Amino acid sequence: MTSFLSSNAELIITIVKIVILLFIVLTVNAYLTWFERKVVAHMQSRWGPHRVGPHGLLQPLADGLKFLFKEDPTPAGVDKFVYYLAPLLALALALTSIAIIPFGPDPIRLFGHDIYLGIAPPDLNMGILALFAITALGVYGIALAGWSSNSKYPLLGGLRSSAQMISYELALTMSVVGVLLLAGSFNLKEIIAAQGKHPERGILGWNVWPQILGFICFFIAAVAETNRVPFDLPEAESELVAGFHTEYSSFKFAMFFIAEYTSMITVSCLCSIMFFGGWLSPFPASWTFTHYLPSAILIPFGLWVIWDGIRYETIFGKIILPGAGTVIAALGALFILFPDVNEFIQGPFWLLSKIFVFLFVYVWMRGTLPRFRYDQLMAFGWKLLLPVSIVNVILTSFAILRWSPQ
Amino acid sequence: MTPQLVVFFVLAALAVIGAASLILQKHPIHSALSLIVVMVALAGLYLLMGAEFVAAVQIIVYGGAIMVLFVFVIMLLNAGVEEHTSISKMAGPPGLLLVVALAGFIAATIARSTESVQTASQTGAMASTKGISNMLFKDFVYPFELTSFLILVAILGATVLAQREKH
Repeated sequence: MTSFLSSNAELIITIVKIVILLFIVLTVNAYLTWFERKVVAHMQSRWGPHRVGPHGLLQPLADGLKFLFKEDPTPAGVDKFVYYLAPLLALALALTSIAIIPFGPDPIRLFGHDIYLGIAPPDLNMGILALFAITALGVYGIALAGWSSNSKYPLLGGLRSSAQMISYELALTMSVVGVLLLAGSFNLKEIIAAQGKHPERGILGWNVWPQILGFICFFIAAVAETNRVPFDLPEAESELVAGFHTEYSSFKFAMFFIAEYTSMITVSCLCSIMFFGGWLSPFPASWTFTHYLPSAILIPFGLWVIWDGIRYETIFGKIILPGAGTVIAALGALFILFPDVNEFIQGPFWLLSKIFVFLFVYVWMRGTLPRFRYDQLMAFGWKLLLPVSIVNVILTSFAILRWSPQ
Repeated sequence: MTPQLVVFFVLAALAVIGAASLILQKHPIHSALSLIVVMVALAGLYLLMGAEFVAAVQIIVYGGAIMVLFVFVIMLLNAGVEEHTSISKMAGPPGLLLVVALAGFIAATIARSTESVQTASQTGAMASTKGISNMLFKDFVYPFELTSFLILVAILGATVLAQREKH
């Protein structure tokens, strides 16, 4: 038994990491729907979900149960194999892309093994290429769902989505070439390291400043790739009922849903890593007092959650919220007490904060922007986004030739 | 059996099954899906040989862009199930002959090669990307530029043909 464990340690560690990451991603997905509904509701002067649990926090659980227990009819005349394959494909590809993201710079040392945060090995040289390869295949989930449903609205949604994703994939790929030129690598870790070459510059060293054009193009194209507002034409409910997933119900619908939210997380990770320094702190390295920022956020937040829970009249709110608040505040205190732990969580803390900001921007856009018309969408992608991203590549190449150290 | 060998046989089997299924499937979408399986399996084989860049490009260009266009056109035309006619008398015997000849040729080549099959050393994406770009933009720059010129002409030709009805 011990020999089996020691000889297959890498494999077992990877499997455990996959299970943990899967659990985290699915939970975050569920609470992202809660977050989105809450934020959009407040933008529209509504309360959002607030009946199920304190602040509606158990709403995702109720939604999940509903997805599991709903009747799951297969419409007549569908192409069965493709109809079942499509949601699986969408979900599998979305979850695979998360595996390539590194979440922290330093490994944890456990049982004599260096365990890096993130599933892919840290020296994965084709990181960004692999992500694009997975994104390139992602369109099949939607296109095939639309085609196999044997219904006109899904077919139109599927066609729209294929055309949209082909058009915006070009701009998406071209817009990161500038970052790759600056870093000289496809490796996500090295892309971050290139932005931290001068630790004293902090936020000024990030790629977003020299690559502002690239960032704008990348973010717009990425939103279009994830089929979110204002590019959610494949599921435009006023024209196409629900677009490509009209004929899907129950858990097969949930799979599309999870896939969409997972790709939102992936895109947020990519934006943070490629343009916003990944796990680098925005402050100069000499400002060591900023290392207490995680605690300075966690402890007041935990205390607020305790205070908020005590006001509840239900036993549920009185127990759950103060309990969660105590854990959060204790975590904050732990980081102050153990400097080693505090150093370790700096990287993941900044990366997760940046991911959170981008997820908020996604929701913000959904609450703000109207949907594009189809011809506007195509014209925008081909006539504006693609030329601008190509100009960005040319400008970056010239700048590197002119001012590079060699 | 090393793990690499196991992965190789799985991918090789996937590619062969996908290719056979491409021909045998009756519906165009199923054929297109089989072709995607072949493309992805080939990318896996490239990856196994350490050609990370080529593998990624194989999936991005063939698996992504080109096959999406295939699927897109099939969906747009709403192509139905193909009707299989009885095999053409002209095509049957010569086709079989060609298959036997090709299989024999490949088998003979493999049998005659003295070196055992080797996998390339792991060089890393950037190294192989550097190698590829050096070849493309230094050693073979004229053929490369000529090819892109040819593609440009083809694009212009397609645009002109598509616009002709207006005049």
